Amino acid sequence: MITLLATWTFGVTLALVALGVFVSYRLFAFPDITTDGSFTLGAVTTTVLLVTGHDPAIATLGGAAAGAAAGACTGLLHAILRIEPLLSGILVTTALSSVNLVVLGRSNVPLAGTATLLNRVEALLLPATTAAGFGAAAGEAARLIVMLSGVGIAVILLWAFFRTNLGTAMRAGGDTATMARALGRNTGLLTVGGLAIANALTALSGALVAQVQGFADVQMGIGMVVWGMASVFLGAALVGPVRLGGALVATVAGSITFRLIVASALRAGLHPDWLKAATALVVLAALIAPRLLSRRAQASAAR
Amino acid sequence: MLDVRHATVAFSAPGGPLVRAVDDISFTIPAGTFVVVIGTNGSGKSTLLGAIAGTVRLDAGSIHVAGHELTAWRENRRARYIGRVFQDPRAGTAASLSVLENLAVAASRGRPVGLGWATPRRLRAEAAQRLAAIQPGLEQRLDQPIGSMSGGQRQIVALVMATWHRPELLLLDEHTAALDPASADRVVQATAKLVRDQKLTGLMVTHSLEQAAGLGDRLLLVHRGRISLDVEGGAKRRLSTADLAGRFDRLRRADQLDDPAARTLRDLYV
Repeated sequence: MITLLATWTFGVTLALVALGVFVSYRLFAFPDITTDGSFTLGAVTTTVLLVTGHDPAIATLGGAAAGAAAGACTGLLHAILRIEPLLSGILVTTALSSVNLVVLGRSNVPLAGTATLLNRVEALLLPATTAAGFGAAAGEAARLIVMLSGVGIAVILLWAFFRTNLGTAMRAGGDTATMARALGRNTGLLTVGGLAIANALTALSGALVAQVQGFADVQMGIGMVVWGMASVFLGAALVGPVRLGGALVATVAGSITFRLIVASALRAGLHPDWLKAATALVVLAALIAPRLLSRRAQASAAR
Repeated sequence: MLDVRHATVAFSAPGGPLVRAVDDISFTIPAGTFVVVIGTNGSGKSTLLGAIAGTVRLDAGSIHVAGHELTAWRENRRARYIGRVFQDPRAGTAASLSVLENLAVAASRGRPVGLGWATPRRLRAEAAQRLAAIQPGLEQRLDQPIGSMSGGQRQIVALVMATWHRPELLLLDEHTAALDPASADRVVQATAKLVRDQKLTGLMVTHSLEQAAGLGDRLLLVHRGRISLDVEGGAKRRLSTADLAGRFDRLRRADQLDDPAARTLRDLYV
């Protein structure tokens, strides 16, 4: 029970990374490698703020803000210096690996005994989940509820933002830059803003993961961009073509599904060394599955 | 009003000589005049349009629209005064956004955007009314992704987008060239209606001699970076497709003379 709930909690928390990748990759067609660095940046910034006695809410927001700054850097490299998207992200994420180490001071800092956002809200919910009969898993259930509501709020805020004038202009610029420019939008600035939002979400995820697992590590962001893409593709494969709100929810569903697949594979005896290879395979499968399915549908329609 | 003064754009092809794609062109379009621009491939007409829109930098000269000098302005800033429709409907509309959302972006053309709701009921009503006025039936499709519509329908929406707020200058860059003849006809009719209703000042580049003869108050024929014919008023109205075809033939024959500049231009554009 506890491990199952923990699996869900992790999947839900990482859904924020998936939402970030949805913004950068789906809305802006920007393959943003900064994700790996900003995830860690969010975790280490929040951890250092927590350890130095700052309020958990402020520490968590600080982590997200640091991620936004990292995303903006990548966007500026691309928009102003005309560096390719992939290379911009690689440059920033490479620089961030030093920044993260300097911020954290060493490669791993535990949060044991430090008040975190998680144990604060957990304490609030614990009586309710205990009463609901979760028993020993009451703490884990409380965490899951916190994360689910957090991600739910993020989805609603993103949906609402991308339907405002500014958000719609961002989506237009990400979709067809010529059109947005012809209508007066500065597409470079819109990309900077979009990447700031994307990496704020990723860093927020890192900040929360550090608090869930009780430590920050400078290596913890490795592979996050692939995780995000896997979730986005898996979500899209699960629901097919939908509008903005549906796509955001599908991305969250993709993240949870992906986490469950990974957990099941490990449980079935997959050696953890093979985890990243398995991840790449899942991404590949999620990418080609819709294509194969639509081809089969076309073939049967033709018959 | 559009005022182009001594506009010059020079290119040098790799290893080739410097070629003036636009060679010291000057002309003025008074407010309310709609001008058709024609020319052979590589004549410089698209470069001229790009220079006015802000996608091509001028090497010399200046561009003024409605009394503002835009020469140093970037493309997106010029959108305050200029509305544009592209040749490719995919370049002028955002495929993944709904028809209504595309129109919402157009409704903020050249204005700062904030956190107001992009598609309030007021906008939906106005969008439905404007689309119905120009092509009945389109108003039923406000919530469809514009990428699911045909090229002709997309160009009609693109026209409504470019003229949502009456532009000081409307630039149409061969906006029917990518369409089948029937769709092209509908788009031309929609263009003529909008130009008439809004008394638009405009510049329309076209490959179609029928459109060139039938539309607009004035015609510019661009050849080798210069204006080689400029007719308006009664002379423009009397101009027939056959007249234009004859002129094109003479220009093409002249081009066959071994002129290195003409050759480089052809290499650049054809």
